[in-house]
Amino acid sequence: MLRFIAGRLLQAIPVLWVIVTLTFFLVRLAPGGPFDTERAVSPEVRAALEAHYGLDAPLWRQYLDYLAGVLRGDFGPSFKYANRSVTELIAAGFPVTAELGLWALSIAVLLGVGAGLIAALRPRRWPDHLAMSAAMLGICLPSFVLGPLLALLFGIVLGWLPVSGWGLTPGDKILPALTLGAGYAAYLARLTRGGLLEMLSQDFVRTARAKGAGELRVLLVHALRGGLVPVVAFLGPAAAGLLAGSFVVETVFQIPGLGRFFVQAAFNRDYTMVMGMTVFFSTLIVLFNLLADIALVWLDPRLRGAAGQGGGR
Amino acid sequence: MRHLIAAGLLIGLGLLGGCSGGQDLPAGVLRIGNGTEPQDLDPHVTTGLPEYRIQLALFEGLVAKDPRTLEPVPAVARHWTVSDDGLRYTFELRPEARWSNGDAVTADDFVFSFRRLLTPALGGEYAYMLYPIVNARAYHLGQIDDFAAVGVRAPDPHTLVIELEHPVPYFLQLLDHHSAYPVHRPTIEAFGAQARRGTAWTRPGNLVGNGPFVLREWSVNRRIVVEPNPHYWNAGAVHLPAIAFLPVEDANTQERMFRGGQLDIVLGGLNPDKIEYYRRERPQALRVSPAYATYYYEFNTRRPPFDDPRVRRALAMAIDREAIVERVTRGGQRPAAALTPPDPYGYRPPEALRFDPEAARALLAEAGYPDGRGFPPFEVLYNTAEMHQRIAVAIQQMWKRHLNIEARLTNMEWKVYLAARNDGEFDVARAGWVGDFLDPINFLELLSGYSGNNHSGWSDPRFDALLEQSNRERDRARRYALLQEAERLAMEAMPVIPIYYYSNVQLVSERVQGWHDNLLDYHPYLGVRLDRAAD
Repeated sequence: MLRFIAGRLLQAIPVLWVIVTLTFFLVRLAPGGPFDTERAVSPEVRAALEAHYGLDAPLWRQYLDYLAGVLRGDFGPSFKYANRSVTELIAAGFPVTAELGLWALSIAVLLGVGAGLIAALRPRRWPDHLAMSAAMLGICLPSFVLGPLLALLFGIVLGWLPVSGWGLTPGDKILPALTLGAGYAAYLARLTRGGLLEMLSQDFVRTARAKGAGELRVLLVHALRGGLVPVVAFLGPAAAGLLAGSFVVETVFQIPGLGRFFVQAAFNRDYTMVMGMTVFFSTLIVLFNLLADIALVWLDPRLRGAAGQGGGR
Repeated sequence: MRHLIAAGLLIGLGLLGGCSGGQDLPAGVLRIGNGTEPQDLDPHVTTGLPEYRIQLALFEGLVAKDPRTLEPVPAVARHWTVSDDGLRYTFELRPEARWSNGDAVTADDFVFSFRRLLTPALGGEYAYMLYPIVNARAYHLGQIDDFAAVGVRAPDPHTLVIELEHPVPYFLQLLDHHSAYPVHRPTIEAFGAQARRGTAWTRPGNLVGNGPFVLREWSVNRRIVVEPNPHYWNAGAVHLPAIAFLPVEDANTQERMFRGGQLDIVLGGLNPDKIEYYRRERPQALRVSPAYATYYYEFNTRRPPFDDPRVRRALAMAIDREAIVERVTRGGQRPAAALTPPDPYGYRPPEALRFDPEAARALLAEAGYPDGRGFPPFEVLYNTAEMHQRIAVAIQQMWKRHLNIEARLTNMEWKVYLAARNDGEFDVARAGWVGDFLDPINFLELLSGYSGNNHSGWSDPRFDALLEQSNRERDRARRYALLQEAERLAMEAMPVIPIYYYSNVQLVSERVQGWHDNLLDYHPYLGVRLDRAAD
């Protein structure tokens, strides 16, 4: 197992290097630069700005300097936010985004796996149809529609919860977490149902039933572990997606997280910020996929041999 | 019952309301939706309005403006005199003016600050605001190294003398722009070189300012909170216990926050459909007023057929501006018949443009395109935004209907659009200009041969000469006559199509007192209060 993990970590290094390199050059290829503004900037001022941020050096020099910085964990100063470093901005936004993602994931698992269980317990009967219709709605309703709807309903019409903010007024985390979690809950519900139904048709389940185990016990004790394999396989990328994809929810609910920075940085041509965020998120995604793989190996005995030989999935 | 359910939700969701960083603000704090996260708070580095709104609380220039009339009023300077030739300004600084750490504000502070802004290495994008000062431009461009040659000096701690290269009737207005704010020398130097941008001096706890408020909290992307400066000379006029600036980018979120009672003031960006709602439901909270800003289209006069002034005039005359403001923008905008908006000092832009499809068709025929025949296809470029698109579609249809010519619409993301416009890679491009101070020169310079903001490629030595002449004219009426002549000349050549004058659309809670609408959208915080009885 350790060898499997070490192998995967080693594989991650070239992946990250390629990502850093591509981002470095692609962001500079995009038309418009960090100092293009609506009002003309005189050539002298532009030259002073470029000198300040090291953009006057040849490109290969900038690239090597940047790589060296990344190795030291230094992503440089933000081009847009003059008195902040990229590392500082990530450190400020990440805990917020991570917490939002965590709550959203908890809601997604709670609602999604719950609904999937109910549906699998009574397949093709009304609880199944109800749960799956709700899930379909959750998948179809994007967060930029669901978020404002929830905010209008609970925030303004009913006046129960604040329409924006994060950790400022009681209850202001509920709506954003629900909005972000809803879509994932819907996917999870369908995955759970599918996984469980597949397991329920297996021989070992029939054996359990023949020995007189109750339907609930069969489901929870025998089928659930295997039935969750697709769910867990989905959770790794989903967790990364929650972090990188929180932009909409952060904007709708005015949350000071990383998602907003990511998108703003691209619009601002804030080169260092775009690169810092890309490297940071890529590392997270690699990490989450690895965690999901480890969990899968633990859940699915068939994968263990392969992992033991260090070959990955 | 409501509360029971709400409480149940709270517990059920695992106390999501639990605290993490930040705390709610006490009652009575003015909460302003401020658009974007400020790039910095250094007045010599920043360029945006969101930053300026905060700097207006943290710093104070030599003069300020009365928000009702926009006339200059004393600030750090309690008195000033102007020499008869309009070239020398002598400011008498009030001795009681203090920095937020208790130090006296002196004339040397202003000399230091002007020098800092003009130091080339700082890269201050607004340094040109000081260019009317003798040798300021030469110093900023590195042509001279000795700041003593620049026309700013402090004969004693409470007297500041500024010498100008030519009379500038609006010079006092430039002095309350953030670029002319003083900064505290010991603070700047404690955190790095004078002319280094992005040092830590603007962080809470470090920043020393001379404005009515001091910086208490700066949580990135969450809020900036300022509280009264105990050393401020006019502390009696400060009635707010604190101001919170929230960087809310999304217009709809901002409006929901206003309706949900989380914001007291929303500046701009209100959807036209919401304007209708507020007109009906909360007319007291909706403030729609004229703005000193123009929405226009630029022609690329380097490219045929737009190198022909008859074509340009024909296209301009085929646009029904009334219809655009009444049916498309619907937010209190006014049709623009010239580039410069009217101002309270009496400048009236020439009525150089009217909607006249007949005449437009005739002009186009004269230029060789009868009924639009043979007119090459062309593109209208705008930055991606719903309103720009709606306006472009309306204009596209008007050109099709009245001139029988085909325009293709191209939208680009902001920076791509800026790059294309600056490089002259367009046929017709959307543009907008917001005046920094009330004077027609602000807009007319956009069409001068020397302006970096003139993307049309059009220039006319007669036009530039008229502007130059107006710079030397001290009599306001005669000066305006020169500028009107210049504008008439430009409008005959029509390198740009004026479309409308913007409006300022704001939501201001009924509880806010002392908040005045004006052309420049200029809102100082002295005298502003939050009426809690009406809550």
